[in-house]
Amino acid sequence: MLTPQMIDRLWQAFQDTALMVGVSAGIAVLAGIPLAVFLVTSGPQGIFPAPRLNRVVGTIVNGFRAVPFIVLLVALIPLTRLLAGTTIGVWAAIVPLSISATPFFARIAEVSLREVDPGLIEAAQSIGCRRWHIVRHVLLPEALPGIVGGFTITVVSMIGASAMAGAVGAGGLGDVAIRYGYQRFDTTVMLAVIAILILLVSAVQIAGDVTVRRLKAR
Amino acid sequence: MTRAVTITDLRASGHVAALPDAARAHPVAGSVRFEGLGKTYRSGGGDVRALDGIDLDIRPGEVFGIIGRSGAGKSTLIRTINRLERPTSGRVLVDGRDIGDLSESGLVALRRRIGMIFQHFNLLAAKTVRENVALPLRVAGVPRAEIEARVAEALDLVGLADKGDTYPSRLSGGQKQRVGIARALVSRPEILLCDEATSALDPETTLSILTLLRDINARLGLTIVLITHEMAVIREICDRVLVLEAGRIAETGPVWQVFGAPRHPATQALLAPLLKNLPGDLAARLRADPRGPRDEVILELRYAGITRPDLGALSQALGPRGRLLTADIDSIQGRQVGRVLIAAPADADLAPLVHLGDHGKVLGHADPADD
Repeated sequence: MLTPQMIDRLWQAFQDTALMVGVSAGIAVLAGIPLAVFLVTSGPQGIFPAPRLNRVVGTIVNGFRAVPFIVLLVALIPLTRLLAGTTIGVWAAIVPLSISATPFFARIAEVSLREVDPGLIEAAQSIGCRRWHIVRHVLLPEALPGIVGGFTITVVSMIGASAMAGAVGAGGLGDVAIRYGYQRFDTTVMLAVIAILILLVSAVQIAGDVTVRRLKAR
Repeated sequence: MTRAVTITDLRASGHVAALPDAARAHPVAGSVRFEGLGKTYRSGGGDVRALDGIDLDIRPGEVFGIIGRSGAGKSTLIRTINRLERPTSGRVLVDGRDIGDLSESGLVALRRRIGMIFQHFNLLAAKTVRENVALPLRVAGVPRAEIEARVAEALDLVGLADKGDTYPSRLSGGQKQRVGIARALVSRPEILLCDEATSALDPETTLSILTLLRDINARLGLTIVLITHEMAVIREICDRVLVLEAGRIAETGPVWQVFGAPRHPATQALLAPLLKNLPGDLAARLRADPRGPRDEVILELRYAGITRPDLGALSQALGPRGRLLTADIDSIQGRQVGRVLIAAPADADLAPLVHLGDHGKVLGHADPADD
């Protein structure tokens, strides 16, 4: 059985994970959506054509996507120290987590933005929309269900990545599972962490699905 | 009833009232001129000429139709009017102003004077009907109260006053196109471009949309340019028509003239579904020369909108033994257009008969006993 002390520790770990993932996900949205909009609109046929810059940014995004998170975690340590002032703890984990999640989310959001019917963009142009209006009134709202769905996937994969961040001293559920479950052979704690993670992921997925369904129902 | 009220409202709101009656009958704004227009698409397999040497005037306040086979360049041509498409040679002038060198702001201003509706409606799924119609005004920075009034007015005009809070996905095709029309008209444009606007609609809905367009043209005096592959659409509402073939002008003129006497093979091919062939049994019996004493002369009279079909004169010239075989006469813009087939006795005097139509000719001889 879990001791009250262990329950406290799990609760603390859950809060750490929620904080890490929540803040990183927020940063990923704030940075990822503009990035996705840039990738879509700056193509040769886009409304803000800048093909060369588009290729450069696309390559950088691919670069980040190619590096496994556990490697990125270590490679980004100098940057993490610069931004968070430390390399240990929740705030230190947020730096690599958000840097890894942003390109991931941007690519997923890009797919949804690309699927917006070009006829709608043409219609918007024909009614006198400036290019910025097209982004604001056509691209983003029309792609919203897909973007929310993509955000759900991003958050779920970030919950997984946050466990790895735990391994380098960030705290959170992954940290507890590895220290107690793996290093001390405490199967109960391991199972408890797995159960919490399953509940957490399910809750995120259901919330995402419900939102998407609402958005599509209109 | 509701429509009549709507128009009165429009007038009261200053939309229509701004134009004196004479100006409405002969609007001054809304002309389009193409000068040596050409468009070449570059592709991997070589250049494709979509448009070539188009010289054309579209007059203010008219309903101008453009027809042609798929790939004839209709879509490209209509899209050069609001510069969704840039020509590679020649110029487009709207109300005498060359639109080729407009800046983004100039272009936005131009597009606010030119409404456009589309085959697939292109309504924003994430916005309600009201928000869709309001968008042109919102992005133009019109004050909120005025937006509300003008959106209500536009929805009234298209008969959708009660659908403002609905999302487009809940509407029928005809209703969606009405929303499209309301969105195109809310900026009070001088020109309305219709890109295959009825091609995705059933015949009954097509007719109601065409009636609405005709109505709008008459009441608001705006120029309508429409492209379609449905000849019936042209016949229904257009004043003049342009037949486009492989990116060039095949022929152009008043609808009654082009439909009554098509000169270009492309026009004839497009009109073929509307024209009836000789009845099959008659075609089988028809001979170049008379064979028996009872043979009749088969005569074709074509009406191209110039001569009116005069039944009295026909029957007088034919005499008591003449027979009417088929008669397909259509009335386009008040002109009678079509064809009449007559069987005259062998000894009839054909000279006065053939002059009763715009073009008369003897098709051959046939034996009435086989009727």
